[in-house]
Amino acid sequence: MSQTTGLPPRFVAPSALTWVLVVGFAAFFIQGVVASEISLDRLVRGAGNFVRFIGQAVPPDFSRAPNIAEAMLETLNIAVVGVTVGCLLSIPLALLAARNTAPNGAVRTLTRFVISVARTIPDLIWALIFVVTVGLGPLAGILAIVMDTIGFAARFFSERFEEVQKGPSESLTATGAGRLSVIFGAILPESFASMTATSLFSVEKAIRSAVTLGLVGAGGIGVELSTAMRLFRYDEAAAIILVILVVVIAFEQLSSSIRKRII
Amino acid sequence: MPLGSPRLHPMTSAINCEDVRISYGDLQVLRGVSFDVSAGQGVVLLGANGCGKSTLMRSLNKLEKLQSGTIRIHGESLTDASGRQLRQIRRGMGYVFQHFNLVPQFSAFQNVLLGAMGRHRMGLLSCLSSTASTAERGKAMECLERVGMADRALHRPSELSGGQQQRVAIARMLMQAPKLVIADEPIASLDPKAGREVLDLLWRIVREEGLSMLCTLHQLDLAQEYADRIIGMKAGRVEIDAPIAELDINQLSALYSGMTRVDAGRTDAAA
Repeated sequence: MSQTTGLPPRFVAPSALTWVLVVGFAAFFIQGVVASEISLDRLVRGAGNFVRFIGQAVPPDFSRAPNIAEAMLETLNIAVVGVTVGCLLSIPLALLAARNTAPNGAVRTLTRFVISVARTIPDLIWALIFVVTVGLGPLAGILAIVMDTIGFAARFFSERFEEVQKGPSESLTATGAGRLSVIFGAILPESFASMTATSLFSVEKAIRSAVTLGLVGAGGIGVELSTAMRLFRYDEAAAIILVILVVVIAFEQLSSSIRKRII
Repeated sequence: MPLGSPRLHPMTSAINCEDVRISYGDLQVLRGVSFDVSAGQGVVLLGANGCGKSTLMRSLNKLEKLQSGTIRIHGESLTDASGRQLRQIRRGMGYVFQHFNLVPQFSAFQNVLLGAMGRHRMGLLSCLSSTASTAERGKAMECLERVGMADRALHRPSELSGGQQQRVAIARMLMQAPKLVIADEPIASLDPKAGREVLDLLWRIVREEGLSMLCTLHQLDLAQEYADRIIGMKAGRVEIDAPIAELDINQLSALYSGMTRVDAGRTDAAA
């Protein structure tokens, strides 16, 4: 047997494409390191500055706690309202984008394009756009979260719809039920658990985004944080960062425990 | 050939297929199938795996598109039907699947209620357990009683055995109040005892309600026991079509030997 076919070689020469990719990547990486002027000297100075920042930040200053709490509440408002609206809007969009529920190919392609635009533009850019269109404040933040959630949730919903087992919807189609009845009677119930999990994950993601949206003026605790940083009030900034940390972790725990119960 | 007017096919014909052809790509699955099931008749369709049975069954409900030929259900052409007309035809046809196809998130009761969706203008909205009329809810419960599943009305499919799930599916079919039943290997996923019980139930209901039935089976003895007539398929064509009294077991066994599959010979041709 081994005489006719021979042992397989230990090493196989990589293809030309692999070579091009590896060399191309290496070149790009080296160019990146050179262009960003990374030097040991700068890193050492940076470390020194970091220690000074920590020194000024500790102990955190909670004297503005009421303002911080109010801003945090606004952040949560932005996240929850934005996610709820975003997830609700994601359902019809996902139905129009999924292969098995879309009325036709043209609508499907168009909807998928809209969803991918919502996803490709980062939340911070959406916030900048909405600050320009609706002005500073939480409304801009909410709209940014809505767009960000649609990009994420509509895609996951539509993928879930496409994965649904065909049997139940076929059996309802066979009874002479209309298309919408089949979608709401078989496809949505089967996707419900996974949609809830996705929505909870969107909330987690939205709280993290809502924190940063304030940096561009779209309301919430980010406004407080960027003000504190700009005024070099690092101890106040530290208090804000701690509050953010606690809230985000608490919400992640809550949502993962709900998710476990559903799935 | 006069394939035209419905007048040639009297209303007593529950299913009328003429020269039905279906292919997937260059694979011809149905190669000119013609047969007729008259109203009130119970027909068993036999054939080996891969002979095109399931495709034929699915095409009767237009879950599969025809390439050519005509299918008439109670005299109405399925071939050109779409939209409301197609739903109307489907409403008169109960379909029992091999894998039951209940909605896993709903209780048995809710699944049975869904059988009524076709006859309500509001569809699902009139058939949810919370919104359905008292009459419909009562009817669903009667259907469950008839299949012996009333005590499991609030169980989800995952809490039921295969045989019990198929009973619920039969109750859903009953709820639909069809005139014709298509049963695609209704007992193929069940053990012999549960299969026997379910088949007994299905044929009893079909006979009691005076429905027409086309049922595929793999058990020749059961086919001979229940059917009025047997249609045998081999490699995408009707090989046997005769009343049960005129057939013997050897003729039926021949359906399962030789070139039975529609894709037989493809590998030879490719090689």
